[in-house]
Amino acid sequence: MWAFGRVSGLVSMVLLTASVLLGILARSGRPLLVIPRFSVTLLHRNISLLAVVFLVLHVAPLLLDSYARVNVVDVVVPFLGSYKPFWQGLGTVALDLVAAVVLTGVFRHRLGPRTFRTVHWLSYAMWPLALAHSVGNGTDGTSAPVVAAAVVLCVAVLAAAAWRMSAGFLETAAVRRSGGNARKGWGRP
Amino acid sequence: MSPIGPAARLHIDWTRCDGRGLCAELLPEALTRDDWGYPLAAPGRVRSGADKSNVPVTGAELAAAMDAVKLCPLLALRITRP
Repeated sequence: MWAFGRVSGLVSMVLLTASVLLGILARSGRPLLVIPRFSVTLLHRNISLLAVVFLVLHVAPLLLDSYARVNVVDVVVPFLGSYKPFWQGLGTVALDLVAAVVLTGVFRHRLGPRTFRTVHWLSYAMWPLALAHSVGNGTDGTSAPVVAAAVVLCVAVLAAAAWRMSAGFLETAAVRRSGGNARKGWGRP
Repeated sequence: MSPIGPAARLHIDWTRCDGRGLCAELLPEALTRDDWGYPLAAPGRVRSGADKSNVPVTGAELAAAMDAVKLCPLLALRITRP
């Protein structure tokens, strides 16, 4: 149970990172090489749901494990844990944020785009919390391979975030900024 | 378009649309994109004078149109019956 909960935690961290990267790519409106835009969106959604599956496989075994001493309250309410309560609490906050983001995603069509987008923004808070929880709370969190992986994930997300905030982020950025003078060669059939 | 007319219409809510281009990918024969990325009814798809926000789709395109409604990141699409 203990080993299983550790591995599934690391897997879900990688999947959450992939989901954040794909979400940023989807927001740009660009296809990914030969993968069309709607497939990027579907990949983003399905990898996110896979991350949720691994989060369940991360939390549930630790609930059942007598050594981990995690109880049901710790799953929802942060910072009450018996082992490293601060670092465990970060994971709990991240889990609560994932729940909010996933539920508003599933009910997107009923909630409308504004609520969906506002809550979806919490993903940007969720990711660093989850990463800090992985490194700070994990048994293997400070081992060389995990730290190296965490650095790689960090660089990837920071690069994507920098790209997200750059002026040329949108596929249509050049045309839209030019204020009506359509750039030649874009979007013409 | 079949002789009996379109199976449904795809309504584009322009106040929501941000021109991300998923719908035009899913419905390459019904939609093109303008220079800013926003979807347009393909040439000849909408009768002249008819509302360009309601794009007729054929029965064969209906499944793709429903996918576009589900996947539109801005929830700017809706199926309306003719």
